[in-house]
Amino acid sequence: MKMLVCVSKTPETTTKIQLTADKTDLDKGGVQYIMNPYDEWYALVRALELKEAGGGSVTILNVGPADNDSVIRKGLAIGADDAIRVNSEGGGSLYIAKQIAAQAEGYDIVFFGKETIDYNGSEVGAMVAELLGVAYVGEASHLEMNGNVATITRDIEGGVEVVEVSTPLAISAAKGMAEQRIPNMRGIMMAKRKPLNVVEPVDAPSTTEVASYELPPAKSAVKLIDPENMDELVRLLHEEAKVI
Amino acid sequence: MVLVFAEATNGKFKKAAHEVVTYGAKTAAALGSDCVALTLGNVEDAGDLGRFGATKVYNVSAPELAGFDSGVFTAAIAGAAQQLGAKVIVLSHNSTGKNLTGRLAARLDAGSAPGVKAVPVVDGGKFTVRKAVFSGKAFADVEILTDTKVVSLVGNSIPVEESGSAVGVESLTVELPAPKVKVLSTKRAEGTTPLPEAELVVSGGRGLKGPENWGVINDLADALGATTACSRPVADSDWRPHHEHVGQTGVAIHPNLYIAAGISGAIQHLAGVNSSKTIVVINKDPEAPFFKAADYGVVGDLFEVLPRLTEAVKKFKSA
Repeated sequence: MKMLVCVSKTPETTTKIQLTADKTDLDKGGVQYIMNPYDEWYALVRALELKEAGGGSVTILNVGPADNDSVIRKGLAIGADDAIRVNSEGGGSLYIAKQIAAQAEGYDIVFFGKETIDYNGSEVGAMVAELLGVAYVGEASHLEMNGNVATITRDIEGGVEVVEVSTPLAISAAKGMAEQRIPNMRGIMMAKRKPLNVVEPVDAPSTTEVASYELPPAKSAVKLIDPENMDELVRLLHEEAKVI
Repeated sequence: MVLVFAEATNGKFKKAAHEVVTYGAKTAAALGSDCVALTLGNVEDAGDLGRFGATKVYNVSAPELAGFDSGVFTAAIAGAAQQLGAKVIVLSHNSTGKNLTGRLAARLDAGSAPGVKAVPVVDGGKFTVRKAVFSGKAFADVEILTDTKVVSLVGNSIPVEESGSAVGVESLTVELPAPKVKVLSTKRAEGTTPLPEAELVVSGGRGLKGPENWGVINDLADALGATTACSRPVADSDWRPHHEHVGQTGVAIHPNLYIAAGISGAIQHLAGVNSSKTIVVINKDPEAPFFKAADYGVVGDLFEVLPRLTEAVKKFKSA
């Protein structure tokens, strides 16, 4: 089975978000970057497990500048066979999806994480599925293959739905699909020799633009309530916060 | 025209459907346009959406829509939008919406803003809408540059408003592809409101010391009519099911009230809960970082504080 895993580079999960003075961008000073956790822990690892069980190949795809190669090499160190980087500074979700779709023909499964932890859009996987004309199952927490038929559990509000779909398909991976793998020294050494093909982007317009960013208003100081007096807390929740 | 996809579960609308129609009506008002609603499959009393501002309700019913296949649903919504000449499409940012927003945007070659939290600002041809980014650590004002636009609304972001009365329902015929996805089973927890939709949430962390102690959390949740949640270490230790895990890698929630007991407040946990309108933190450690993000704090032993709070809630409810 030929599998493609699309990965993003995102700020590390503990990053304190700061903005530039004109608020049009994130202040990138001191920000550590990682592979988007949903892409790495769940999508990539499940693809590798399926390859180990049934053969095939796992290719990593990233749309981004040369800075992103360190994240791609980590994916190769975890066990992917090769990688493609579309050499681009990006241009919004639909732009990214068109870059991915241009590379994604001929794969049995195209994997995504359920969202990136920076823009939280959960939309690129669905876009790529539509552009390729294949089935899409989002927020999947289990994936089993039987020949070319996938049985997938997807998270829905307060429950799960189990579906069956034949390849080719696109899927976005949520918690539960696999367990994080830490690359070992051999993997890291081998990753340096694995192919990382850089290709140029296809033409596509930007359909959205971030006009500005804003940080949430600072929380006023916590109001401490006497632990003996929970009637007071209930009164405040009712009269002041108006939430009960 | 603004077209709102109003999802029904087992033929009935939930609060999320009323929210998106309210949102669509407000968006239409900002654009000087009309808001219509679209329902798919068999829906009871679809014309009731007129109460929330839809001037008309359309319905597409076909055997292909019996189970959820994002490709088929996308074809139905996009087909309706094209027939009606709708330029803005509104969905819920729930599990269904997350499967559809991107597909619709790609199909219509439209700009999209998934997960918006406020009605768009329309100013001289510019259409700008606010969404949370960096897991709630910041907001972005996103300008959609295309003529056709797709937005999905985060639940519990705007209050439901009644602005009209029931309207007529008209059937539409849209050409649909054969489904590629076959639904084998659908399971939903009965009785409780799912976390992403919950207005009141009571959550426990490692401070509970073990799954056998969850009674104090459940009792408070029952008294409030709240949904229960937990922190990541609790789910990872299998004290509680994974679907209860709130935080950056779990469920992101946005209730009116979030009560956290025995949770220290790691930044990854805060990322999933900081959209809560009011946060109450109960912890015996006055240095717990969560107190900095809280509106109300109780420094004390949760095994004493929670039962006391439960009694106070019961007294308030019966008064």
